[in-house]
Amino acid sequence: MTLLLEQLLNGLQYGATLFLLAAGLTLVFGIMGLINLAHGSFYMIGAFVAAKLQIVTGSFLLAVGGGMAAAAAVGMLVEATILRRLYARDHLDQVLATFGLILFFNEAVSMAFGRQPLMTGIPDFLSGAVTIIPGVPYPVYRLAIIGVGGAVALGLYGLIVHTRIGMLVRAGATHREMVRALGVRIGLLYTVVFGLGALLAGLAGALVGPLLAVQVGMGDRVLISTFVVIVIGGIGSVRGALAGALLVGMVDTLTRAFLPALLRLVLQSSDADSIGAGLSSMAAMILMAAVLIVRPRGLFPAHG
Amino acid sequence: MRPNLTRRAALASALALPAIGRAQGAALKIGMITTLSGPAGYLGADIRDGFMLAMPDGTLGGRPVQVVVEDDGLKPAQAKQTANRFFKTDGIRLFTGIVFSNVLEAVAPDLLDDGGIYVSPNAGPSSLAGKNCHANYYVVSWQNDTLHESAGQNANLLGHKKMFVLAPNYPAGKDAITGFKRFFKGEIVGETYTRLDQTDFAPEMANIRAANPDAVFQFHPGGLGIAFIRQYQQAGLVGKIPMVLAAPSLDNVILGAVGASALGMDVSSHWNSDFDNAANKKFVAAFVVKYNRLPTAYASQSYDTALAIGAALQGAGANAADPAAFRKAMLPANFQSVRGKFRFGPNQHPIQDWFGLRVEKAADGKLALVTKGKILSDHGDVYSRQCKL
Repeated sequence: MTLLLEQLLNGLQYGATLFLLAAGLTLVFGIMGLINLAHGSFYMIGAFVAAKLQIVTGSFLLAVGGGMAAAAAVGMLVEATILRRLYARDHLDQVLATFGLILFFNEAVSMAFGRQPLMTGIPDFLSGAVTIIPGVPYPVYRLAIIGVGGAVALGLYGLIVHTRIGMLVRAGATHREMVRALGVRIGLLYTVVFGLGALLAGLAGALVGPLLAVQVGMGDRVLISTFVVIVIGGIGSVRGALAGALLVGMVDTLTRAFLPALLRLVLQSSDADSIGAGLSSMAAMILMAAVLIVRPRGLFPAHG
Repeated sequence: MRPNLTRRAALASALALPAIGRAQGAALKIGMITTLSGPAGYLGADIRDGFMLAMPDGTLGGRPVQVVVEDDGLKPAQAKQTANRFFKTDGIRLFTGIVFSNVLEAVAPDLLDDGGIYVSPNAGPSSLAGKNCHANYYVVSWQNDTLHESAGQNANLLGHKKMFVLAPNYPAGKDAITGFKRFFKGEIVGETYTRLDQTDFAPEMANIRAANPDAVFQFHPGGLGIAFIRQYQQAGLVGKIPMVLAAPSLDNVILGAVGASALGMDVSSHWNSDFDNAANKKFVAAFVVKYNRLPTAYASQSYDTALAIGAALQGAGANAADPAAFRKAMLPANFQSVRGKFRFGPNQHPIQDWFGLRVEKAADGKLALVTKGKILSDHGDVYSRQCKL
């Protein structure tokens, strides 16, 4: 039982990381209609800048701030110079261009930071473990990631539902021409939204740095999971991104943790382990297929 | 017309002669495809540097040699393309360098079928050690299973009864768990295949804690191993559940990255930097002077690979381009291995001794892998019986 609770926490933590990535991606897709494959690159840039800053300055908070700022700056620059030209074109052109950006950023980052992964440590004030489940010390740092994910979710809710920018974002998503006719600079709004998405991706990258190895191409893999999240959640919906991220985080973690053991009840041990390992890497995709059969537009369709 | 013809013939021979002369003096090209980027990039770097250390004057076995190095990025398809280009465009016939078994499995079969020679400084997958062994395929490092058989034997000797085992879901990972289980006599209380690109092991850590084994055996080479041991420490398992590892899961680079978390961990290896033989002392000293870091086992294997190729080139002399002559000179393994004893078994994989090492604090306060004793003597692999050469 404690094992299940601990794995649920692990799932929650993975879900929180995925949510930080998915929130930006789904806003960009929902509002501007842009498929941005380069979203994972902002995650990578955030992670690298943060890791480098932490190694140089020793300050974790400065590192996270720097990583977010760098990702947001690169994001807004890319939006203003390249992606703005792609809004009116079809999705295939966008995929092609943003895929090119992935290659560009991977190469640029390995030129700037080298091919070797960067290693950073968990800051002292977040290191150690607390016993929130009896008998199971859980790392404080992972709890902190869950906390940040929750805070960002609340913040985005407040921003979108209760502020003027949020109103423009919602309006821009459904009635682009009307918003423009009312005299709103929609271009600026897009840049801001895109920068916000990149900022959150950079935050995710900066946060996972001390847990994982910070390496070139780290965004490519997580991008696939992120797309699964926003498709499950409903494209354009932040609420959907949250639900999708938690679902994918849980399903991925729980199948990895328990599927081989369950299969061992019916199969031979070595078969169960390799089939379990294979199935658990497919689990998120199977979940997506199942959701799409029942709700073709995702769990929380944004509009229409 | 006749004088003209003679003149033309003379001209032709005048042009041809130096060309032949050049061909004889030209450097023999060796294709080195290895993993230089990503979290496992230091493995390839050590393989490259160890190999180069064995040929300071640019010769092997008295022959000028040119090593063409290319990064495979741990991508089998990319490695295969490079191998094709080396073979077809550059005319290279002698290959080495591949770190990962899944990459080697993609490259080696076609290369060998086309008449190429491959000498492995690292990967030794079971798929190429038994029925599918090949006359022009040599492994200087180890057959994958044997690395982990030594760890299984080490776990027996250390008195562990219940083990939790983990390895990535790829050929060498499966060889690892098979090898470990072949020699470990106790009970396996948990067996997990991770993903080769997995960097977060939190679910596995929770399962290990819940299973509460005597010790953990895990095989995660390169950056994976660094992430694994760091998260093991973050999960509060270091000091509670010991680890029994094979050499690639805790080398000098991983040790440097994880630091005190690794104190007391048990490692089994065919080589260690503290081995007390003349060849090894010379190798370690030269490596430290040239590259300003301690060599890993990868570097030692690749240094041995270069020496083995050198011995074969010297033995085969002018016939070195002929794979049969190369083989005849290669098989006696006429070189001084940094491991001490070394010979080729019937499937052209090593027969060698295995040792237990432990991470201890050295006199200068630094952590070091210290050799404790012999685990296995003259150990070959189980697949050699199926190999008909």
